[in-house]
Amino acid sequence: MRKTLLTTLTLAVIASIIYSCQNADELKQQMYYTNGRDLYIKHCQNCHGANGEGLGKLAPPLTDTLFLKQNKQKLACLIKNGSDTTVTIHNQTYEGKMPDNPQLFNIDIAQLIVYITNTYGNKQGIYKPEQVTEDLKNCR
Amino acid sequence: MYLCNNPITSINYIMKSARYIFSLSILCTILLFAACKERRTLPILGPRDTKEVKNADGTTRVDTVYKTIPAFSFLNQDSLPVTGDTFKNKIYIADFFFTSCTTICPTMHRNMKTIFDEYKDNPDVMFLSHTIDFKYDIPSKLKKYATKLGVDGARWQFAYGSKDSVYKIAEKDYLVAVMEDSTAKENYVHQGWLVLIDKNKHIRGAYDGTNPEQVAQLKKDIPILLAEEKK
Repeated sequence: MRKTLLTTLTLAVIASIIYSCQNADELKQQMYYTNGRDLYIKHCQNCHGANGEGLGKLAPPLTDTLFLKQNKQKLACLIKNGSDTTVTIHNQTYEGKMPDNPQLFNIDIAQLIVYITNTYGNKQGIYKPEQVTEDLKNCR
Repeated sequence: MYLCNNPITSINYIMKSARYIFSLSILCTILLFAACKERRTLPILGPRDTKEVKNADGTTRVDTVYKTIPAFSFLNQDSLPVTGDTFKNKIYIADFFFTSCTTICPTMHRNMKTIFDEYKDNPDVMFLSHTIDFKYDIPSKLKKYATKLGVDGARWQFAYGSKDSVYKIAEKDYLVAVMEDSTAKENYVHQGWLVLIDKNKHIRGAYDGTNPEQVAQLKKDIPILLAEEKK
């Protein structure tokens, strides 16, 4: 009887630890998301729009979930260094330049990516600054 | 005292004053409605001057001279001349931008585009965007920009001109500050006013093209100006 009680208690403690860990991650993602939204309004919204709708054929929308998924490793480079290559979003080509944002820190970029990849129909979860450091090494 | 002590007289008095108040309130209501119906007109903005004019009978009177956009000539996105006559008998919205601008210009033109689309079927409302990047924004670049923005046809003119001519008309006439600034990230600095011009080339409004509330005000003011021009 005592043994069962102890086992149940231990299991409950372990379960709650795991649960709270997950909560901390979720909390972090929410924090990143909120900060990312502020950064988005400041640095991206002019061209990409308040709802990620883009601007005509001048600036691409951010609603192509497949593109964002397939190019997630390149997003940090795009944001930091800008781009002047043609991209195809929703079967529409966008040429022209995206400006660089060299002043952004890795944590800013991580928060921006969390915001962009978890809004406008995207749902890709957390993305950490360490990953930004990794991704920035592989910029072309 | 006597009045109050006599019940019949005081009832009469109350009835009289009630009637009086009633008719007064009706009058007030009518006046209020009349005030509401009065059409709002847009002010004429900018510095003004006076001049003496001779009447037919030889006497003189003082007349007001309003700020007027002078004659101009630029090249548009199709490399055709765009002049004051392009906007003859039209009202138009003017602004200053450059195609490689990534700060306020996209927002300004996003907002202008919604107005452009709203008046798609009204040839009396036109648009004039001057580039301040005299080095890069040649007509072919402007054409490319217009096409990408989704603007087709002559109702929205994109004007290219020499630095002197564009900067002068911006600061002296449209009252919009523009400058070349090598310390700025994109080399140019300018204000985001959308300037509403009537068919007499007077400035009738200036709205911050990056501020949603002011853009909404512009959308409300265009019909007022259009109604005035019809008269």
